[in-house]
Formats: sequence, C-alpha cells, structure tokens
Amino acid sequence: MTEARYHWNRPHLLTLEELSADDIAALLDTARALKEVSTRSIKKVPALRGKVVVNLFFEDSTRTRTSFRLAAQRLSADVVDFAVSTSSVSKGESLADTARNIEAMGVDAMVIRHRSSGTPELLSRLVSCSVINAGDGSHEHPTQGLLDVFTIQESLQKTDRRISDIHCAIVGDIIHSRVARSNLWALTKLGAKVTLVGPSTMCPRSLEKLGVSVSHNLDEVLPHVDVINMLRVQFERLTSAAFPSLREYHHLFGLTEARLACCRPDVLVLHPGPMNRGLEITSAVADGPRAAILRQVTNGLAVRMAVLYLCVGAAATRG
Amino acid sequence: MNANQISEAIEGIKKKILLHLKTEAVEPSKLALVGIRRRGEIIAGRLSSLLQPHLGFKPPVGALDITMYRDDPMRSPLTIPLGTEMNFRLDDRPVILVDDVLFTGRSVRAALDAMVDFGRPQFIRLAVLVERAGREYPIAADFIGRNTEVDRNSLIRVHLRPLDHQDGVFIEPDKKGKGGQR
Repeated sequence: MTEARYHWNRPHLLTLEELSADDIAALLDTARALKEVSTRSIKKVPALRGKVVVNLFFEDSTRTRTSFRLAAQRLSADVVDFAVSTSSVSKGESLADTARNIEAMGVDAMVIRHRSSGTPELLSRLVSCSVINAGDGSHEHPTQGLLDVFTIQESLQKTDRRISDIHCAIVGDIIHSRVARSNLWALTKLGAKVTLVGPSTMCPRSLEKLGVSVSHNLDEVLPHVDVINMLRVQFERLTSAAFPSLREYHHLFGLTEARLACCRPDVLVLHPGPMNRGLEITSAVADGPRAAILRQVTNGLAVRMAVLYLCVGAAATRG
Repeated sequence: MNANQISEAIEGIKKKILLHLKTEAVEPSKLALVGIRRRGEIIAGRLSSLLQPHLGFKPPVGALDITMYRDDPMRSPLTIPLGTEMNFRLDDRPVILVDDVLFTGRSVRAALDAMVDFGRPQFIRLAVLVERAGREYPIAADFIGRNTEVDRNSLIRVHLRPLDHQDGVFIEPDKKGKGGQR
C-alpha cells in the first residue's frame, strides 16, 4: 500500500483543540466517504451493528440531538435518548452516578451536551466507553466546528484552493460561543486565516493570543474574507447587557444584503442555527444563494457518522 | 507479473466475460461493472473500456468501498473509508464484481452485502486479476486473470496505474498478513 501511515486511535472526541491537523483531516475524509450513505434509498451501513449509543443531553437541543441520533442509526447502532428532565438527575443523582449506571447497561458511546465547560472531559475519566462532546458550556462544540470546515472544504471542491488558502470571519458573541472556539481550532490547525469580529464586550482584543485577528468593525473585514460564519446571539448565555440594544447590534454586526454586496462574489455564508432572523442575519441573506446553512445541517450528519465510527472503532480496538 | 502480463490477464477476463454473456444468452445492454476500491475499481474501469468496442457502449463502472461492511469493521488499525461511488442502480442488471486478488473471500462477502443496498441485480459474477488458495468463505471466481500458488503467509501486492507508479504484481514471502490480503 502507498497510503500514509496515519492511524486514528482516539476513543473520545472532547475538543478540537487537542486534535492534530491529521486527526481533523481523517475525520473530514471519513465524513466525505460517509456522506454518500445518506443519498441512497437504503440509508444504512452495518459498521456499528450491535453497538449502543446514548444521547445524554443536559441542555436543550433539537438539531444536534436528532443529527447524532440519525448518524448512529445510519451506522446501524442502537440509540437511546436520555431525557434529562424525566430522569433521576432531576431527583438529585450526580453526573458520575448517572453515567456509571448508564454504562452498566452496556453502552459503547455517550454523546453529551452540558451547560458546564469540561463536563465531557470529566465524563471520559468516569466511564470506559467513548465520550463525544456535543457542546459544553462556552468551551467547545467539536462536531459543529468540523461540519463548518467540512462545508467550507466542499465549497472549494471545484476550485484549486484549500482550507489553508481561506480567510474566515467569525462574527458575533465570540466569548460566549463554543461554536466560535471549535471553528477557530479547526480552521487554524488546517492553516486558514481567521478574523474574529464583534463588539469589544463580546470579542476582546485578548483573543489575539489564540493566533487570530480581532476586529470590532464588520464593514472593514467583509471585503477581505472568503467565508463569513455568523454566530447566533445567545440570549440564554448573556448575563449582563453586553450590548445596548438589539437594533444597534443589527446595525453594526448584522449580515444584510447591503453588506453582502461589499463581499467577494463567491463568499460563503455560514450560520450554526437556530437563527435570529433580522438580528445577526436577515432572511434575504439566510435564504439567498451565498448561504450554506442547510448544507451545514446535511453535512453535520456525515460528520457525526464519521465521529461515531472512528471513536467507537478506536474504543473497540483498544483491546 | 509485469505490466504486459497484467494487460494480457485483463484481456483474458474480457474474453471470458464476452463468452459468458453469449453462452448464457444474457442481454448485455444493462451490463454493469462494480470494482472494489481501490484496485478492483481500476481493473473494472479497464475492463469497461475493453468491452466497449464489442458491446457498442461503455458499461458503467461503480466503485465500492466495503469498509463499513467488513465482518471485522472494528479491527485495528481502523480503516479510514474511501466512500462508494455508484451512480446507477443495480436492479435487474447483469453485474460483474471486480477485485484485484481473491484470497479469503471475506472482501467479496462484504461487497455482496454492500451491493444489495444498491438494488437487486439479475445476477452477480466475480472477476479477479489474481486468484490464490486460502478461501475462508464459500466463494469462487467466475473469471480469473491468473492463478498463483503462494505460501499461505505470503502477501500478494498488486500495483496499478494511476494509483501506483507502474503496473505489477509482487509476491512478498512470509509476511504475517493474517488474512489481511483482499
């Protein structure tokens, strides 16, 4: 064989920060191969037959949970949705007890979302099965970062450009955003240029130490970027009045058709969803030809299939 | 085997396929080739081009990634899948499955499983460039380029352009392949 001697051997996906560029490339390659499965009339392959995946969502999520569920099912795994509100967690059971009890039922992977940063890492030390981070506090959302990069990579397919040639703006409430953090790691590890844009309260200059540029002026940045990732204003994570009014935020940082007209004609617009239409992005842009928002959702499924296949596989072969 | 011998072997497979279609009175207009990635896909592509002048059309070629269908998908090291490219349905088609080496038969079993997900073919026949002893599943090839007798622990490496620098089949003695050969 002439293939490179790279081997994936990580049983968990906790952060993108800890991955190498090769790890990220392996995940993206696997996702590319698995995307085809969802286009078949029989949307299923037997790779994870007999494996059990538990969705452990301590925070609301519709699309990520559904996406992980479908991803596991397309690999023929059995999936259990652990509904936190109806579980013994509401009776005061600790995370450790909950996790160990679920593991005792014979589980191969736990997909966890939690409001506290670092919970997936903690969980991975409590259990011996795979742990996959589906979003922890304002820390990371690795599969979102991967699917965003996957979508960018796909948009470059018919060009001779690579991720390392790309300049990406991430716009919005950066410090509260796990999506921003995971995107930042994935993009910079693959060599892309990243500019973080937002009001100084949400996007402080101190972020420059992560090896990216910081700007508080969206209009200055837009003409120079290939990709604009518009973050959702997260009302549920805003503890203080970080900006004076929604109208002012929209005026300064909302992506409108007028702003899009100042961008490169082939600019790619991403949004992790759910959107606040009329706030960070207008409907005309969100539903327009430059937006890849629904492609992101489709790609999310392929990316999560890749994560489950590789992590569960690595855990199973660990011996 | 050198490049010429490989060309002759593939030419021989082509003749056997044409004879088979004739004796079995198969309507060839729906003939399709499916190659197991990656070298089976290359052989299938070459067969398709060789068959074109005889059939008056170029039979479509599918590329099958069997990673997700292996009977040991969770073996170490984990295989990074390449993806399947099948731009046509297999329903009611005579289909030739193509691989480079037939050894244990496990890859072919996985491929049969995978193909069923793309429709119900009229029939499936198996063509291989190199056949060697060592079957672990009840599988036999219908069209064989070359039989070889090698030690059980030897590894047969097939090199094919454009994936490799040049065409060639090489035998590496006494490698603990442990059924790893496709």
